[in-house]
Parts: sequence; structure tokens; C-alpha cells
Amino acid sequence: MKIAPCCNPRTASLSPKRHASHRFILIPAFARRLAANATGTAIGLFARAVTAVQATWAGCAPEPRQRVYFANHTSNGDFVLIWTVLPPYMRSMTRPVAAQEYWLTSRLRAFIGRDVFNAVLIDRRPEARTEDPVAQMITAADAGASLIVFPEGQRNMTPETLLPFKTGLYHFARQRPQIDLVPVWIANLNRVMPKGEVIPIPLICTVTFGTPLHIADGEAKEPFLARAEAALRATAPAERVPT
Amino acid sequence: MTPMHADLWKLLLGLGGVLITASVVGAVLAQVRGAADPVIDNLNARIKAWWVMVIMMGMALTFGKAGACVLFAFCSFAALREFVTLTDTRRADHMGLVAAFFVVIPLQYWLVWTEWYGFYSIFIPVYAFLLLPIVVSLRGDTGRFLSRIAELQWALMVCVFCVSHVPALLSLEIPGFEGRNVLLIAFLVVVVQGSDVCQYIWGKLFGRHKIAPALSPSKTWEGFIGGALSAILIGASLSFLTPFTPVQAGGMALVIVLMGFFGGLVMSGIKRDRGVKDWGQMIAGHGGFIDRLDSVIFSAPIFFHLTRYFWSTV
Repeated sequence: MKIAPCCNPRTASLSPKRHASHRFILIPAFARRLAANATGTAIGLFARAVTAVQATWAGCAPEPRQRVYFANHTSNGDFVLIWTVLPPYMRSMTRPVAAQEYWLTSRLRAFIGRDVFNAVLIDRRPEARTEDPVAQMITAADAGASLIVFPEGQRNMTPETLLPFKTGLYHFARQRPQIDLVPVWIANLNRVMPKGEVIPIPLICTVTFGTPLHIADGEAKEPFLARAEAALRATAPAERVPT
Repeated sequence: MTPMHADLWKLLLGLGGVLITASVVGAVLAQVRGAADPVIDNLNARIKAWWVMVIMMGMALTFGKAGACVLFAFCSFAALREFVTLTDTRRADHMGLVAAFFVVIPLQYWLVWTEWYGFYSIFIPVYAFLLLPIVVSLRGDTGRFLSRIAELQWALMVCVFCVSHVPALLSLEIPGFEGRNVLLIAFLVVVVQGSDVCQYIWGKLFGRHKIAPALSPSKTWEGFIGGALSAILIGASLSFLTPFTPVQAGGMALVIVLMGFFGGLVMSGIKRDRGVKDWGQMIAGHGGFIDRLDSVIFSAPIFFHLTRYFWSTV
């Protein structure tokens, strides 16, 4: 069983007095876990009801390997869709890397971000942050987690297919070169709920998992990011030609 | 148990027998041909999906009108989702699409449920066809405007209007057939799907000469003629479920088969135009909902109106 950080069993067992309060806290933590699981299931069902999302494992198999999934980002629902299509045995080890300033603005969002999705919350403002996002990702990976990242760094609202990648993926790959980097293309979700709309329209979305890539020995930043970007573009299913 | 339920159960047991036979044949073929024959794999995936479809259909029809309306409303929803996914929508279409999914579908099936023939038979072709383009036009985006509204209208026609004529069969009042209308749905669906299956089997066994290679490479004259004759026989032999004589039931089956066949061609034409092989992947081995529904879509309104005109008093 996973124990919430508020009740560390080691400190709790040190003194019998704490033990009582520890048991008191365990019950809400357990209830919180249940609520988180139920919310997660509900969100997954909703995502499937609207998008009938289909996963295509084009370049790798759905196996519980440690991976970093890097995906295109056009909608707030992107990581929900990836999370939904991951089989349960992969989902439990996979943590989305998400913006702290978005997920900590309300208690509900914090509950969904932390408890339901177990997100690695990073601060995107270099001037304000106390923790380095890449270091946070490394810590999570060293604990055995797979990660979901959006290397464009923000939602793509432009007609371009992809925005230029931020450098985080490169720095991560340099420090943990053995971990598979899997390009993931999410198609159609931006049509489900375009910016500024409130009600989603049901459209079929697909999530395509491409061929894993690794950083080469001594590979520099620009060539690596260009290669990662090309790999992500290559993962997109063939577009229909608009007439 | 009413006579309707007794007949429905007879039909379901018969279908269960056919499916058990099919499952056994599929399992034997898989053993004989060895692993990883794509045709056999697809055949077995189809048989499995048939089990699910027959069970869903049986449950819905047991619940009568409400069950049929809910089941086919869901089919319309899934079909419209597949259809709209393949059209080139723009942001300006958003409110029109929201209305199509969340207003038109529930309203149409509610009208069918209340048996308001005068309204459900014109609601989409009159009100939805006029109001939705107005909603879309208010956004002021005129790029490809005609094709966008035409696509939305045709999507509603095919996925909602036509499909809703299946549960609408329950609103007919046929003297001497009271309380048994659910069996008309069973008749229509079994003939349509039986025709599809028979065309598939005849085509796989004897298919040589393609009918419309540009539209559908799998449709052959041998498959069509064999499948059509088989489906007419199925229809005639099911006349005990219907208000029709065996000859009339066979004639109805012929109309259903022809509409279903050409409906399949039309829907294939749309798929080729959009550059896809299947409408979706929701039903393993079959493709999407529309792939399974295309023949029902075209035959249901015609079957409904023929039955209404010649047999019904309302």
C-alpha cells in the first residue's frame, strides 16, 4: 500500500505517542487514496466516453518498462488521454510532469494533480522557483517512475504542428541516458475542445506510441532536440489531405 | 411471457445456435490453419463481436421501447462521433456540433419515444437543417462554408435521422399485430445483418468478379447474389415474426438487401473520399459503428415507410 507523505511509518514508529496520531491520520489517508482512485476511474471513463480514445503501439509494446513519454501538447486534457490508454500496470508507475502554478491554484486541482495523477509538479518560472524541474524529474525517475512530459513547454495554440522544444528533455536524457524516450502523438483532442469553448464535442482521438530513442554519446543539444522533434513528427498518423 | 417475448426468445435462441456453430467452426479453422492467419483471426474477432451485438440487441428489445430508443440513441451518438471525426470541422462549427450531439440526438429519440410521427419525421430535415447552419453562420467564418454545413447535415441525416427509424418501427399500429412491434426491429436487423454476413461468406468462398472496385474491393457479384438470395430466404422464413406473408416477407427482405447493399457502397464512397478503410475501431474485426450500421442506415427508413404505408393504421 502506498502511504501518503504525511504519515511516514518510520517516524511514526519511533514513539508510541505518535503511533496513536499516526493511526488517526492513516484512515483519512486511506480514504483519500480511495477517493483518488475513484476520481481517476471517473476521469478515465469520461475521457473514453467523449473521445473513444484508441492507443496504437506503433514503435514499442505496452510493457512495464521505465520510460519517458514525450508528447505534443494542444490541450489541457493531453496527459489525461495518455494516462487513460496506459494499461493499469503501467499507469501506476507513470507520473505526468505538470505546471505547479496551474495545479496548485485550488484544492480540487491540487487533489487531482497530486493524489489522482501523482504528478511531478514543476515551477515553470525560472526566476521564482526553488527547485530545478530537471532535478525533480531525475528524482522521480530514480524512484522508478515513468514520466509524461510535453517538451514544447506550453500548449500549442498556433497552426504550426509543433513549437520548438525546450531543453529539459535534453538535460534529462544527458543525466539518465539509459531510459527510453518514447515519442507520443495525440491526435484530435484540440478539436474536441478548442480554446475558449466550454462544452467538449465527442470526436475520436488516437494516441500513438512511437519508437523509443536515446541520446547518443556526446550528442549536442541542438541535434538531439532536432532528432527528438523529428521522431515525434514521424509518430503522427498520416494526415488526411484536406480538400 | 407474452407471445412477443416467446417469439423473440425463439429468434434469440436460433441466433445463439447459429453463433455457437460459427464459434465452433471458427475455433476449428483456427486449429487447422494454425496461428496468425489474418482472415481467420478477423473471422473469429467478428464472431466474438456478433455475440456482444446479439446480446445487447436481445437485452434492449426485451426492455421494449425504452430499451430500443436508448440502444439506438447510443448507436447514433457513436456513429455521429465517427462521422464528424472524419470531416474537416473548424472552430466556428463548435456550437453547431454541440447542438447536433447534445440537442438533436436526445430530442429526436425523445420524439420517437413519444411516438410523435408528425414531428420526428421532419425534425432533422426541416428544423435541424435550417437552424444549425444559422448557428454556424453566426460565428462569421465563411471558409468552406457550404461544405461544412453540408457535411453536418448529411452526418445528421445518416447517423441520427435514418438510424432513429429503427426504434420508430415501434410506433406503428398494425391490426392483429399489437404488442409485437419489437419483432419488426428484430426482422429488419436480422435480415440486414444476415445479408451482410452471407455476402461476406459467399464472397470469401466464391467471389471472383468485382462489382465496384473503385468503391469497395471486397464486394463481388458472387457475394452479392448469393448473399441476397440467402437473405431473402432468411426473410421469408422469419415471416412468422411479422405481419407479412412469407412472399411479402421475402419481398421486404429484397428491398432491405438492395438498400443495404447500395448504402454500403455510398458509405464506402465517403470513406474512400476521406482516405480511410474503416470508420473507426470500436468493434473488433468490424471497424467502427458505421461499418456495422451502414446497411441498416439506408434500409431502415424505407422499411419503416413501406410497412407504415401498406400495413399500419397510423
